[in-house]
Amino acid sequence: MSVLVKNIFRFVFLMLIQVFVLDKIRLHQMITPYIYIIFMLWLPFKTNRTVLLILGFILGFTLDSFRHHPGFHTAACVLMAYCRPFLINLLIPQEGAETNYEEPSFKSMGGILPYLIYAGTLIFLHNFWLFLLEAWQFADGLYFLLKTLASTSICILMVLITEMLFSRNQKFKTNTI
Amino acid sequence: MRNIFLFIRTHFNLLFFLFLQVISIYFIVNYSKYHQAAFGSTTNNFTGKINTKYNSVQQYFHLKQTNDSLIKANELLYNKLSSNFELTDTGKKSVTDTIMVDSIKQYRKIRYISAKVISNSITLQSNYLVLNKGLNDGLKIGMGVVDPNNAVVGIITEVNEKYAVVMSLLHKDSHISGKLAKGEETGTLNWDGSMVNYITLNGIPKSAKIAKGDFIISSGFSTALPKGLKVGYVDAIFKETSTNLFRIKFRTAANFYNIQYVYVIENVDQEGVKQIMSKIKTQP
Repeated sequence: MSVLVKNIFRFVFLMLIQVFVLDKIRLHQMITPYIYIIFMLWLPFKTNRTVLLILGFILGFTLDSFRHHPGFHTAACVLMAYCRPFLINLLIPQEGAETNYEEPSFKSMGGILPYLIYAGTLIFLHNFWLFLLEAWQFADGLYFLLKTLASTSICILMVLITEMLFSRNQKFKTNTI
Repeated sequence: MRNIFLFIRTHFNLLFFLFLQVISIYFIVNYSKYHQAAFGSTTNNFTGKINTKYNSVQQYFHLKQTNDSLIKANELLYNKLSSNFELTDTGKKSVTDTIMVDSIKQYRKIRYISAKVISNSITLQSNYLVLNKGLNDGLKIGMGVVDPNNAVVGIITEVNEKYAVVMSLLHKDSHISGKLAKGEETGTLNWDGSMVNYITLNGIPKSAKIAKGDFIISSGFSTALPKGLKVGYVDAIFKETSTNLFRIKFRTAANFYNIQYVYVIENVDQEGVKQIMSKIKTQP
């Protein structure tokens, strides 16, 4: 399956799961589970930074249009897309690993811990910015902080489970740039 | 000039990122204006279609609750049938009235339009319902929405040809006025975003007599909702120390977890009231 088709399929599938399964679940007022950000986490290493920003915008805008209040998720996803390349540069184990593998995963990031930091930081940034924008209309600092932390931990857990359930076969590509 | 282009070129991604952030924050701030222009027509049509498909599956799981509430609503209506009542036989001479207006003849003030809920959210801070009827069925912005048992659900905020979006009571910006059924003191409803089906009523003076379980009804001060519709039952009463007011927490009469069908209230007088109100605004 080509990279483009695979990612389009992923986008639609994750969006449907997010809107029709996770949004219907009410765990607790503090916890909002988000799974659609996996699309952003799983994009190929080679993606152009400008394309990444545009994809983030589209991703957030699609979710917002299901929630009838545009802007919140768009802003959060764009922030995530902007910070992604910096994080990958910091965490990638050795020179040229991003050309040897296609997408971020346990294997290509060199273990569970770097991947956890990568996913955790991006999810935290997403939730932080999203809830901060929402909190401007509420103005309750403690509630906002607790909500960010609780939601982030649940999101990381879900991303890990998804990663383990749907193991993507990452082939080692030698000398192919 | 050349330096500017160089600057843009080297920092293109940062500038593009800031540009996209500004756009999204613009969406958030100018939500209502933008919403009507672009969102109302295109994206609502798209998401509305997907929601309809989803709802046709989901509604089977709620058939029992829907039936129960419809039976209750039917019972209420049967009790109101005119055949249940009979005029008293006075046997007296009728006096002709000098007033020209026929006071016995009634005119219709309110019309109920049934609609199906195709999407309903409760987990967010700002919750909306989407109905499967729109402008084509006579729905307009500002109409009130009640559930089958005549309990307030919300007010329509967006309409296009086929679908309508309702701002539910569980929305942080929803400020419908409500009053106590007993003492008729009026206050404003607010949702703090924490618990589904629990809303606070502010602005009731401490002189009011309230007890747990009292009815809260709609005030009828707006044209959207007529007076006397059930809103909720008082659950807890808090005394504000700094003001002379109560803060009342109450349970909504409508159960937002399983709304399937609603009625949209069309107030025939609404246009007339609006016209008069617009005259006030335009005066210098």
